[in-house]
Amino acid sequence: MPSPPASRSITTLAPGEVALIAAIDRAGLDPDTAQRLCELGFDEGVDVEILHRAPFGGDPIAVRVGNMVVALRRDMAGLIEIAA
Amino acid sequence: MNAPILNLARSPVVALVGNPNAGKTSLFNALTGSRQKVGNYPGVTVERKAGRLALPDGRVCDLIDLPGTYSLNPRSPDEAVTRDAIFGRIAGERPLDAIVAVIDATNLRNHLRFVLELQALGLPLVVALNMVDLAARDGIIIDAARLSALLGLPVVETVAVRKRGLEALGSELAASIGDAPPVLPTVMPGDLKALQKRARQLCSAVETASGAARRWSQRIDLVALHPLAGPLLLAAILFFMFQAVFSWAEAPMGWIEAGIAALQALLAQRLPDGVLLSLLNDGVLAGVGAVVVFLPQILILFAFIIALEQSGYMTRAAFLMDRLMARVGLNGRAFIPLLSSFACAIPGIMATRTIDSPRDRLTTILIAPLMTCSARLPVYAVVIGAFIPARDIGPFGLQGLVLFLLYLAGILGALVAAWALRRTVTKGAAPPFLMEMPKYQWPAARDLALGLYGRATAFLSRAGTIILASTIALWALASWPQPPANGKLPAIEYSLAGRIGAALEPIFAPIGFNKEIAIALVPGMAAREVAVSALGTVYALQGVDEEHADGLIAQLRAAWPLPTALAFLAWFVFAPQCISTLAITRRETASWRWPIFMFTYLFVAAYVAAGITYHLAVAAGL
Repeated sequence: MPSPPASRSITTLAPGEVALIAAIDRAGLDPDTAQRLCELGFDEGVDVEILHRAPFGGDPIAVRVGNMVVALRRDMAGLIEIAA
Repeated sequence: MNAPILNLARSPVVALVGNPNAGKTSLFNALTGSRQKVGNYPGVTVERKAGRLALPDGRVCDLIDLPGTYSLNPRSPDEAVTRDAIFGRIAGERPLDAIVAVIDATNLRNHLRFVLELQALGLPLVVALNMVDLAARDGIIIDAARLSALLGLPVVETVAVRKRGLEALGSELAASIGDAPPVLPTVMPGDLKALQKRARQLCSAVETASGAARRWSQRIDLVALHPLAGPLLLAAILFFMFQAVFSWAEAPMGWIEAGIAALQALLAQRLPDGVLLSLLNDGVLAGVGAVVVFLPQILILFAFIIALEQSGYMTRAAFLMDRLMARVGLNGRAFIPLLSSFACAIPGIMATRTIDSPRDRLTTILIAPLMTCSARLPVYAVVIGAFIPARDIGPFGLQGLVLFLLYLAGILGALVAAWALRRTVTKGAAPPFLMEMPKYQWPAARDLALGLYGRATAFLSRAGTIILASTIALWALASWPQPPANGKLPAIEYSLAGRIGAALEPIFAPIGFNKEIAIALVPGMAAREVAVSALGTVYALQGVDEEHADGLIAQLRAAWPLPTALAFLAWFVFAPQCISTLAITRRETASWRWPIFMFTYLFVAAYVAAGITYHLAVAAGL
């Protein structure tokens, strides 16, 4: 089995760093949530950036995805991967 | 030849459909103005907003504002209504002749995907490319003609808040709606990812300049979502809001009070002393007046909540609060329904429909009554006015400070209740939290005014019906039977109300409540603010000299010791009594189990809180 391309989750993005979504681990989500994630613009090839981390522990985070800003918790954000 | 007449009689039905935050409601308000009817869809409590729109060809269509949704695959009851209305599955609703898809020009990619979904249905479709002014401000320029050609659909540029593009929208609608009866769509749209991809391609083909989108919003968020400044700003906004509710309303409340007193004096002059005068002055005017006087405060509170909603700040508050909400097993989304519950638990409980997890939603419904609703303001205002001195502590008034503490007590009570509920009756996995954060917008005066108008009429019609009826019923209970000629006790002691109060007194005596409070809590079941009018009626009738110009505040000050007043305030932090809240809970949960549960747990909490407060105050020698 060839080793998978190196990837990291969007939660590791530094402030101001912009990256393209490489993959979304849809198996880790229930189908409805996976669909809503897609409807909110999360898709392979779309540019993302972390804008804000909430007070009291940095969770949830506010992510710019395309022209949209979406708030989500870190556990879900961990399923969204960017090319390393 | 009947056909033409039939055609004239049938007015076309047009629905506004769009993603949340596309400016749909602003467009609806701009198109229909104040000629709109707000009701409910049958069976569910999703708000139905309809109005009339005159087309340039003389036809008048019924315009319906459907709840905002991201797709035709619903995740909440609100979104299900939109899908069912489009597919003609709602009983009593006529099928749609056309759809206006409202899309946000600053967020073309995502909104276009929904247009493609709608286009697949085959209904006549007009695209309203809304907020083109904000797009231009961000440097985004969209070739609407090219978009129209590529989509094969009419596209109209609009700025709903400035009423721009409305005529063109009307013309395109008139051209799209034929005389043939509407055909129901049957197909469900295809693969989401394929539509998404096509939307992105379309978007890059029509956006001639794509500027730095949302520059302003991002700048504001640097402060509003800052880990330290953000929560401070939120606390400051809430604190300012509640200070404003008290200080700005002072003058108009004085005018309403003076007006009612003048009316009572006029009636006393014109009418002979007797049952009719007593009914009008002591029953109707004293009771309803005691509630209507709080209209200015309620309007100010609603104005803040509507403005915060429209500006986009509400979702920032949800973002800031999510972590704290998560700690008690809820998510940030519950924050908005709970914040709305500060105005009234009923819209708050209705707003829980946007929460997609059933357990989360139930928990939020059960704790919504703990948010201090505006109906409790009259109660707080009277008791605070009577017992808390109008001193200043530093820059703040002591009365406002006590009010703030009461709100805080409700919030803390709700957090504790949520924590306990999530570990017992609503146990289960935590739901995912996913929320769009729209760009900031200046609230439009027209939308603010129409929203306020709706709330004001709803409040006044409640005052005119439930409150009026229960006030008259209470007046009758408190007036009959009349005391015997040689009676030595106050008249109220002989009446039915006095007897019910006396029967309930032993239950409430341990927490410092007297008979008058016990009496007032009974009609207070109808609505919380009725407790004030009930006290007004009870004490007005009890007065020996019929002179109650000093008002309820002076009467309470003379009748209640301070610990009783504080216990009464503590009781109302939890106050289980509100038939409307229980009724809406029954409707939203489709069972009697939850309203009964809600009433029981709130009653116990109120009793315990009032008892602790009373005994602590007595022990402290207050």
